[in-house]
Amino acid sequence: MKKITNALLALSLLAMFTGCASTSERLLDSDVSQVRIRSIQTRAFDTSDKEKTLRTVIATMQDLGFVIDKADLVLGSVSGTKLDHYSLRMTVTVRPRGKSQLLVRANAQYNVKPVMDAAPYQNFFNSLEKATFLTAHQVD
Amino acid sequence: MKRILTILVLSSFMLGGCKSTIPKDALVLSNESLQTKQLQTRRFETKDETMILSSVAGVLQDMGFNLSESETDLGVVTASKKRSAVNAGQQVVAIFAAMMGTYTATDKEQVMQASIVTYPSGKETSVRVTFQRVVWNTQGQVTRAEALQDPEMYQGFFEKLSKSIFLEAHQI
Repeated sequence: MKKITNALLALSLLAMFTGCASTSERLLDSDVSQVRIRSIQTRAFDTSDKEKTLRTVIATMQDLGFVIDKADLVLGSVSGTKLDHYSLRMTVTVRPRGKSQLLVRANAQYNVKPVMDAAPYQNFFNSLEKATFLTAHQVD
Repeated sequence: MKRILTILVLSSFMLGGCKSTIPKDALVLSNESLQTKQLQTRRFETKDETMILSSVAGVLQDMGFNLSESETDLGVVTASKKRSAVNAGQQVVAIFAAMMGTYTATDKEQVMQASIVTYPSGKETSVRVTFQRVVWNTQGQVTRAEALQDPEMYQGFFEKLSKSIFLEAHQI
């Protein structure tokens, strides 16, 4: 009886360790540095018009196939979901940087994983540049 | 909250056996994006964005949607509804399968989501609507997660919207 219990215990421990992160690791998602994440998710635009920028972000997201879920002018945020046999959820925030610039930050999750690569964000900012007729500056 | 739950459930089902990295073109403008935009957009000769938005809300109610979010300052209204997804074809197949002694799960229900965005352009206001849906089968699994692209749906929506704007302008 004790042997079986031990075997079960060993099995369950094994199951816990193979490829599974703990809940706190999942919650904090801190396997990539905070500075790096911000740098790949953020660009600065030379405009101070928050409303127009947000409206352009919304239009760009729609062009990319997103359905807008919610938006808030005061907070400067927009969230949307793209369903194309996968689920891609993205939040974009716009906030002032000094008097003449706005910082635009996007973060996305693909199905159940955070998007941590630089390329998808670069693609998004490329599309946003075309829509705003402004250059997206890298922020350090 | 319901929306987040939907996404979570959807995501968990998609995880199994699927590619887990984001497709390269997911955030790249496609060649069809302009065509899709034209299909989903109409312009109305008014600068009164708030009036358009309240007409939009009226149409959504006409269509049985419940509003979930709105931000009039940015011209955004979102709504959703839950409907049956049972379809005859699948039922026939399932009945045949049952006669052979196997159980086949069939589509059961769907959540349809609508999102409307207005955009002032000069003397006009443009309205863009997008629809998407998630379908669950009789075992509670997600079988479809897709954008709805049928031109008929968009034409139907804008016909209703034109009517709604007319009705509200005349206070009927």
